[in-house]
Amino acid sequence: MKIFYTTCLLLLSLSFRASATIWKVGKQQNIYSIQQAIDMSKNGDTILVDAGIYFGKNITVNKSIVLKGINHPRLDGEKKYEIISVKANYVIVDGFKLQHSGSSGMDDLAAIKIYNSRDVVIRNNILDDNFFGIYTQYGTNCTIANNQIHAAGNAELQNGNGIHCWKSDSMRIIANKVSGHRDGIYFEFVTNSIIWRNISENNIRYGLHFMFSHNNAYISNIFSHNGAGVAVMYTHGMKMYNNIFEESWGDAAFGLLMKDISDSYIRGNRFIRNTSGIYMEGSSRIVMEKNIFQNNGWAIKMQGSCDDNTVLYNNFSGNTFDISTNSELVLNLFNNNYWDKYEGYDLNRDGKGDVPYRPVSLYSMIIDKNPATAILFRSMIVTLMDKSEKVFPSMIPVDLQDKFPHMKPFPL
Amino acid sequence: MKKIIKYVILDILRNKIVMSYTVFLLIISFSIFNLEDTAGKGLLSLLNIVLIIVPLVSIIFSTIYIYNSAEFIELMVSQPIKRKTLWLSIFVGLAGSMSLAFFIGAGIPILLFEFSATGITMIATGILLSIIFVAIALLASVCTRDKAKGIGVAILLWFYFSVLFDGLVLFILFQFSDYPIEKFMISVSALNPIDLARVLIILKMDVSVMLGYTGAVFQDFFGSQWGVIIAGIVLSAWAAVPLLLSLGKFNRKDL
Repeated sequence: MKIFYTTCLLLLSLSFRASATIWKVGKQQNIYSIQQAIDMSKNGDTILVDAGIYFGKNITVNKSIVLKGINHPRLDGEKKYEIISVKANYVIVDGFKLQHSGSSGMDDLAAIKIYNSRDVVIRNNILDDNFFGIYTQYGTNCTIANNQIHAAGNAELQNGNGIHCWKSDSMRIIANKVSGHRDGIYFEFVTNSIIWRNISENNIRYGLHFMFSHNNAYISNIFSHNGAGVAVMYTHGMKMYNNIFEESWGDAAFGLLMKDISDSYIRGNRFIRNTSGIYMEGSSRIVMEKNIFQNNGWAIKMQGSCDDNTVLYNNFSGNTFDISTNSELVLNLFNNNYWDKYEGYDLNRDGKGDVPYRPVSLYSMIIDKNPATAILFRSMIVTLMDKSEKVFPSMIPVDLQDKFPHMKPFPL
Repeated sequence: MKKIIKYVILDILRNKIVMSYTVFLLIISFSIFNLEDTAGKGLLSLLNIVLIIVPLVSIIFSTIYIYNSAEFIELMVSQPIKRKTLWLSIFVGLAGSMSLAFFIGAGIPILLFEFSATGITMIATGILLSIIFVAIALLASVCTRDKAKGIGVAILLWFYFSVLFDGLVLFILFQFSDYPIEKFMISVSALNPIDLARVLIILKMDVSVMLGYTGAVFQDFFGSQWGVIIAGIVLSAWAAVPLLLSLGKFNRKDL
């Protein structure tokens, strides 16, 4: 039966190919305008665009065609127009350089915008100095891959997002490079999608931003030098695997910001040199496993509104503060982690320390309440206070402890 | 003057205390750097030594030395030598040997294991702290004739600079927590050489945590070239002012 279907599909595709036409656009060709070629084409055709610069006022792709650029022909929006609008299913846009899209406070003008379509592929494009980069609304099963998206990145209001998906489903965002936008990648009301192997850096606000987007995964991405690496808000069912969050520096800067999210996994990620590695509030049932927290100001800031979270088998090393919290009630579990500040011993040599480790220090709570006390950091009085608090805890949450701290770092 | 400095330094070296201080620093520094996993962490442990042990040893050794060489000072004063020359020579001899001891004991291991901006800042501040506390010791010992009292004053001064002052600062910070006092705190830190040295070092060391708003204010000041220069001037003043005060007192002192 399976073979029968495959053969049918093959035949079908062959028949398509047989009837498809290739249209060539360029200075040396008969057709100069891309829009003209689209108007003449029919579903299944291919349009090849020669290198050069094209000032098409909003190219609308309303047929299922392949639009392919040779040597990255430049499409210029003259700072007024949306450059390509995709309004059909099965469209492929491949190999263009799109620049200077219009910007507007009323409409979200983008270099490429996908309207209510499915199975659209946007790949191998270079986007430079656009308001929004690639924008999807009501898209299904679309692929956005291998694009290089860059904007000047001046202020939050003058820049749109690099890749913006709104009310979409089953999207694949793969191997793109986004920099200088407001948010590198932005998901709002997007479900069942994957973000894989992207690099998002130097964006003004967030490297990756989820709002009300459930059951998505982002895997093996790199977020560096963003206002905050990734912000996940009002979401459940997130999977965050093997990403790198680094160099988010500033007062309100976090590697990963989680607000009101639940039932999610954070696994195999690296948080390196952020002011705060993870900041979470109102989040519950999140499992954090096998992550590396290295050289952060605060590794995890877990607010009192978080519950039922599990922190297991992570490496904490070189962080100024490991955990900070603003509540004495502890509803989360921290076990079996490696903490480089652990000073206990292991008499029975099972690799786990015999006395529990309390990752919250008194000074981290003081500095949380009164940031100006940062000037006393590492002074003798603070060290004395921390030591005595460790022996007789009175202010720090006594139950926030790792009962089985590992003596050696995990090989992650 | 050179002769007296030479004599003071030779006398200190014969004393063996400074020698053992050097060896002690050397052993501690090497063992710290070898024990810790990373050189950065070793530097962190050394920070406590620089901020606590160095001022303590400098101030107490210098005070005791001055009292013990009272007869030598009396003898010298009876010679045709200016009191100023004598006192400055003693200061240079003490400060030189304490800084040398610190440089050999802690500076060389730091240079070997962590040759970075942080390491160099630490060596520079350690040497400055040695000199500053020698100057403070001179002032303390010239003010009191009684040896026990003088040493007591020296210990109290050390205790004030390393613990009490920070306690006061903490108190002030909580009393005025509703006000933006970050900039004010920068000037307060100038009132204590140990605090100033510490802030200079940690701004280089714990970069990440200092990037909150408060840290940004400090970084803005101490991270800039002018900030470092001003901090250097303030630290030098902490050595110069007690020295000049003690010199004035010594000139008028009835031995």
